[in-house]
Amino acid sequence: MDDWRESQEILVMDGRIKVPYTWSAGEVGTTYLEALRDDKRFMGTRCPECGVVYHIPRMHCPDCFAACAEWVELEPQGELVTYTVARKHHPQLSPVEGLFGYGVIKLEGADTGFLHLLGEFAEGELSSGMTVEAVFADEREGSVLDVRYFRPLRGVE
Amino acid sequence: MEPVAVVGVGMTPIKREWVTHTYADLVFDACSAALADAGMTIDQVDIVLTGSNDFFDGRTISSMAVMDACGSFDKNVSTVEGEGTFGAAHAVMRVLAGWGTCLYCAHHKGSESVMPLITNAMFDPIYERFTGIEAVTSSALQARAYMDAYGVTEEQCASVSVKNHGNAKKNPLAQLPLDITVQDVMSSPYLADPLKVLDCAPISDGASAVVIAGAGKVRKIAEKPVWVKGIGYNCDAFHLGDRDLAGVDALERAAKKAYSEAGIKDPAGEIDLAEVSDVFSYMELMWLEGLGLCERGEAGKLTESGRTALDGALPVNPSGGCLSGNPVLVSGLNRIIECALQIRGDAGEHQVDGVRTAVAQGFNGPCGQSQCVWVLGGDA
Repeated sequence: MDDWRESQEILVMDGRIKVPYTWSAGEVGTTYLEALRDDKRFMGTRCPECGVVYHIPRMHCPDCFAACAEWVELEPQGELVTYTVARKHHPQLSPVEGLFGYGVIKLEGADTGFLHLLGEFAEGELSSGMTVEAVFADEREGSVLDVRYFRPLRGVE
Repeated sequence: MEPVAVVGVGMTPIKREWVTHTYADLVFDACSAALADAGMTIDQVDIVLTGSNDFFDGRTISSMAVMDACGSFDKNVSTVEGEGTFGAAHAVMRVLAGWGTCLYCAHHKGSESVMPLITNAMFDPIYERFTGIEAVTSSALQARAYMDAYGVTEEQCASVSVKNHGNAKKNPLAQLPLDITVQDVMSSPYLADPLKVLDCAPISDGASAVVIAGAGKVRKIAEKPVWVKGIGYNCDAFHLGDRDLAGVDALERAAKKAYSEAGIKDPAGEIDLAEVSDVFSYMELMWLEGLGLCERGEAGKLTESGRTALDGALPVNPSGGCLSGNPVLVSGLNRIIECALQIRGDAGEHQVDGVRTAVAQGFNGPCGQSQCVWVLGGDA
């Protein structure tokens, strides 16, 4: 008898999990995102024990396990610590069109880096250690995408 | 550590899209193979531990989908949501706690979902996720940081891919045996600079299982037990910007703990073989350095020199590694199983002569955030 498996076409079920979430940004996150939205200002928090200024802001220092109560204003520019140019555009993920990348950026005044998008750069223009600056969205809603991306420092336009 | 041994191992072949098998089918095959390898029946297993991830599987309490397939009905069963090296470490803890003999299995079907959407969700939903960052782009940030810090070249990373895909030609379970050159890797399309298609592990389906027993049972079960000499694990910061991405701090701490338990003072001199989680080619280089098998920044030259080749002095990933098949969560368990097979002399065509002590490494989280190291040996 022939093996029935050899001629069987396997059925495959399509599915999609749809679960809306509402993640609280918390007190620290709200203060941070409001400063971005209303004043185009980046804010970090300082650990009272080791003095490290965290950006993104933290309610607690992960090293000292101490509460960070002090806010510090940071510059909207800083060092590109590492970067990549994204060559594959995932339509469901990528918030920008055209040539874009990701960078870890250490803003002036902060001791830690943070992750954001890179844009407005030419092929081959990016390098580790260069200074990049924030480009803010015209319409800001209180999210990290109120910063559209960082670009190589152009100075005042 | 009290003597504990791997007494049975089972791996399914790794495939890109295993449409004929459900999760449970894969787990049944892997568990059956591990029990057969141990010469045991499911009745002789006291504890079952499973490894799965709800988001990958698309179902909450994903372990419930495989409970029948791993024979856990009427047994002490729990689940480790994480990579296989960590899950198997928990299996060792169960055995050390005196709960009996443990069957641990892990499964993954990357083919059934959309990998970038899932790996995007491991990032913080307030600060990071909206940027669209996922596993490949975040790893590219680490690759760049590592290459900048130590002058490692894309060609050196490519040589890892050439070696491991070549080794996979001798492993019938591997998904991607390839005859390629450094030039082939270099000319494959960039996904995220400096990572090209052939620097990245494929999307895979597969399952694996191990049986772990305490010293009292081992002699009755296994003709060729493989002893767990030491395990260490350690975690780095979650946010990428908090870490030195070129660093291997967590791995160094994990390795120190595992080596200390195993009584290894000179890893480069005492370890015969390594199976590491080369999910991206640069990772093999970083992990070799973190494991203390060479100096920081030297692993690229080591690879180019042929020292880590199948016939080199320190073979690394003779199985073909994750680059040749990467069922996430299962991948680290496969590193343990491959080390066990090598120590037993049962690795088939990719067997390395005279392996007495081997090290397996796995990680959880973006850019190797949390690291787990196993030292395995043939002598109790």
